[in-house]
Parts: sequence; structure tokens; C-alpha cells
Amino acid sequence: MTIEQLSVFIENKPGKLVEALELLSQAGIDLRALSLADTADFGILRIIVDQPSLALERLQAEGYLVRTNQVVPVSVGDKPGGLAAVLRILANNGIDVEYTYAFVAHASDMAYVILRVADNDVAVNVLKENGIALLTPAEMFG
Amino acid sequence: MELYYQPDIERMSRTQMRDLQSKRLVSQVNHVYTNVPYYKKLMDDKGVKPSDIASIDDLHKLPFLTKEDLRQAYPYGLLAKPLDDCVRIQSTSGTTGTRVVAFYTQNDIELWEESCARALTAAGGTKSDVVQVAYGYGLFTGGPGLNGGSHKIGSLTLPMSSGNTERQIQFMCDLGTTIICCTPSYAEYLAETIEEMGMRDKIQLKAGIFGAEAWSQEMRLRLEANLGIKAFDIYGLTEISGPGVSFECSEQTGMHINEDHFIPELIDPETGEVLPMGEKGELVFTCVSKEAFPLLRYRTRDICILNQDECSCGRTLTKMSKILGRSDDMLIIKGVNVFPSQIETVLIGYGLSANYQLIVDRVNHSDTLEIKVELTPEMFSDTVRGIEGKEREIHNKIANILGITSKVTLVAPKSITRSEGKAVRVIDNRKI
Ligand SMILES: [Zn+2]
Repeated sequence: MTIEQLSVFIENKPGKLVEALELLSQAGIDLRALSLADTADFGILRIIVDQPSLALERLQAEGYLVRTNQVVPVSVGDKPGGLAAVLRILANNGIDVEYTYAFVAHASDMAYVILRVADNDVAVNVLKENGIALLTPAEMFG
Repeated sequence: MELYYQPDIERMSRTQMRDLQSKRLVSQVNHVYTNVPYYKKLMDDKGVKPSDIASIDDLHKLPFLTKEDLRQAYPYGLLAKPLDDCVRIQSTSGTTGTRVVAFYTQNDIELWEESCARALTAAGGTKSDVVQVAYGYGLFTGGPGLNGGSHKIGSLTLPMSSGNTERQIQFMCDLGTTIICCTPSYAEYLAETIEEMGMRDKIQLKAGIFGAEAWSQEMRLRLEANLGIKAFDIYGLTEISGPGVSFECSEQTGMHINEDHFIPELIDPETGEVLPMGEKGELVFTCVSKEAFPLLRYRTRDICILNQDECSCGRTLTKMSKILGRSDDMLIIKGVNVFPSQIETVLIGYGLSANYQLIVDRVNHSDTLEIKVELTPEMFSDTVRGIEGKEREIHNKIANILGITSKVTLVAPKSITRSEGKAVRVIDNRKI
């Protein structure tokens, strides 16, 4: 119950982020979720797309450093405190979350987050045992 | 089996070599004293007469020449033959601010090309080889020198010059290049591009001759693995002739100096004292066979070690180590002597690209060092912590080795300008 995430190294210079995003849109790749972690010198663009292997190929062909990871997409419900509840379950089970970012899926007013953890299997099991809904690729990409 | 281009010279006994050098030195000093007023004056000022030089043991009595002398005497002041007898000019890129213009008679060209032929032969080159020369041609000595050497041994010569990387690789594959000659940084770029183009199994290279730039043992191993070759170092400078002043043999433990033409000495750069074999010092050359531009006791500013240990290749020519630094472009950062090659060794040890840049500056009267180095796919992490952790690790390692702090910045691949000739390794913005 994980999905593929692409991380792209982006130099912290004007226009560099938009160049990468334009490259994807020109290839007809649909962006479903995005987060940008940045420092003064560089940024890491993390994306969930409908065609990850095509995106990987296009980005690498243009010389981008790209890395793929499996991440856990989780539904955090429509009530306040949903994300906190999920993070609490993970914390109680000793699972560190490297980073997380939110997105909105197709035809739904549910909020979702992407979780990046060290061990996906452990995290997925713990979340399932605690009744947290995980997103299937079908739900993710409509 | 070791191949030699001129075995009688390359394997000459030390006694015979000393005799040959002495004989040539005596006649060269007379030639220069008679024909180069600039050097005559230096000798007169030092109270040295040509008759004081009876053998190589008297070499130390002669005055030094430096780059400053070349500047003073520009353009004809050190010329020892009428221009009518000269057939070629080569020049340097003038990276240290002064441009060197060197003159060659036909004999000078011959001995230079023979020197390069010895280097190519030591790298396994024969008339059956296809030699791709990807050094720049023109005023730069790299292209013409190796080109001439390749002709001498009768190899099929591909005078590609530098640049146009995809075409280089296409020719390499289509025409079956077996020996590539270029700068080591360009060789790395070629290797990367070959990989990207998916041509690795189409190349037939067996050897590479890489010079004109400092490179480390780590870089050698990487080039050998990535190109499937044996990588040989070659050394030279326009002032002395060009590439081929010294060259590596199959043992790959230093470069044999063509000392029948270029007598090496090692000196203490501070005092000018001649140092014994095995010590580290500044390399000085005396050209004993050249006619048009025969520099005597020219200070190269290159720091290295000389030895005459027996070499497994059978050559008796004195060997010099890799250049360990420069006696003039050594960086002094916060009072610490820093050789870029030390930093390069650390970076390559971390699996990083040899494509790096050192930016030295002075902020609030204190020196700063920024090390920019290109990130590799293996080093890229999807977390900021991962990348910053690497930067910190490298910073700590360099602090350990050099005793200075630096700012390490990992940057995108191919974002550091790489000229296809010499890489700009150091940018010193200090106004001192
Ligand atoms: Zn040898």
C-alpha cells in the first residue's frame, strides 16, 4: 500500500523549479502531490505523478538528479486532529516520520498526507491495525 | 612486453647518461652565452664563465631563469637562433598572467616529437594503434606534441582537438580508437558522456595519456575502470618544449624524464639550494639539446620528488613523482598551506565528482574557503538532512586533514563550468 515518489535535486536559482515542472507538463505528466524542501543553496522537489517511470526518464534525460522512494499515502479524515492522530499512532510505535506533506485527491473532500518513513511495511501495518485508511493508487489517480 | 621508442637512450647506463648530459651541457652553455645576451648578462652578473662549466657537476653554478625573466625578455630576448632558422611558435594560455612564447627549429620539433613518441610507446603504442588526440591544437602544445609523437611511431592519428564530445565518442567508436590523449578532467567528462550515450561496450580503448592538469591516484583508478584502459600520466611545459618532458611507463609509479634533452634538478624554492634525490622540492630544467629556445635552469614552480630507483620497465631515466603542488599557486588559507589536490583526494574518496571548485575569499579579515562539488546520483538523498549530513561529513574530514574549516556545497551535476581544456579549480577573490 505504498506509492512511488520522485525526488529531484533543484539548484536554488531563479527559474530552476519552474523548468523542472514545465518539463513534466510538456510530457503530459499529471502532478498529484508536491512538496519542496529547500535551503539557501538547494531544494529537493518531491512529487507524486501519474506516470512515474516516464517522469523519471524525462528528468534524467535532462540531467536532473532524481531518486525514487516508496512512500505511504494516508487518509487523515475530514475532522480536525486527523493528521495528529496518525502521527501519534506512529510515534507510539516508535516510527519516525522523515517528512510529510498534504494533498487533495480526486473527487473527495478528504485530506490526505504522504508519509516518508524508514520502513514502509512496519508503518503500513501499524496504521492498518489502528484503522487508518490508506490510499490505493486507484483512489490516488482517479 | 615493455616497448621502447629509443631503447639505447631510454635504457642507457647512468654513467653513459651523465657523460652525454655533460657533453651536451658544455656545448649548450657556450651556445647560449654566445647567442643570448640576456642570459650572458645573468652569467656575467653571477661571475660564471662558460669555461666554469666542465660537466654536469657544475650545473648548479648557472643562474636560474624564472617566468619573470620570460616576461622581461619577451618576445625575442631568450632566442638563441636567428628567426630564419625557426619553424614554429607555440604559446601558453597564460593562466598565471604571463604568456610564454616559445620558438622551435626543425630539430627542436623533432626532439619534442620523439619525446612524445617515447611516451606513446611506453603506453603500449605501436603503428597498429589508432591515437585520438583530444588535446587542443593551435598555440597550445598538447595537440601538436602528441600528434607529432603519434606520427613518429606510425600510429593512425586522429587530430580531433578538444571539444565536440559527442563527435569525439562517435569517432572513437567508428574508427576504433585504442589510445586517447587529453586532459584528465576531459577524460572524466568523456567517460561520463560515453556512459550516458550507452556506448561503453562500443569503445576499444586500451590506454589513455592524460596530462596538462593535476590528477590524483583515485581519479586514475576511476578512469581506468570507467574507460577500460590503463591510464598514463604525461608531463611537460611550453617553456621546456611541451608534453613529453616526462612520461609514465607500465609501472605507473612516476614519470621518466627525457633527461638526454632536459636535465632535471630539484631545489629548495626558498633558498635555491639543490636537494638530493628523494626530497620534495621545486623542479628545475636545463635544456641541453634544444636550439632556438634553450632555457637553462628554468624554475618550473612545480613541486615534486625525483628518484633513480630501478624501474621494472627497464628504463634508467630519472623518474619524477606526480606534481604535488606549485611553489607559487599553493593556497595559503588562514595561514595554512593548502594544495587543491589534497581536497580533491577527500572529495573523490567520498565518491564525489572530481569536478569541484575552491572559492577563497576574505570576510572581516578572515579567509573563507568554499568547496563546491557536483553531487552524484549515489550521493543524492531525498532528505535535506541527508544532503547536509554529507556536506558536514566532508567538512569535518577536510578540517581534520587541513586544519581549516570550509563551507562545503553540493551542487547539481554539470553546474560547475568545465572548459574542455583546463578546469578552473580555484577562484581566489581575496584582495590582499
Ligand atoms: Zn619505468
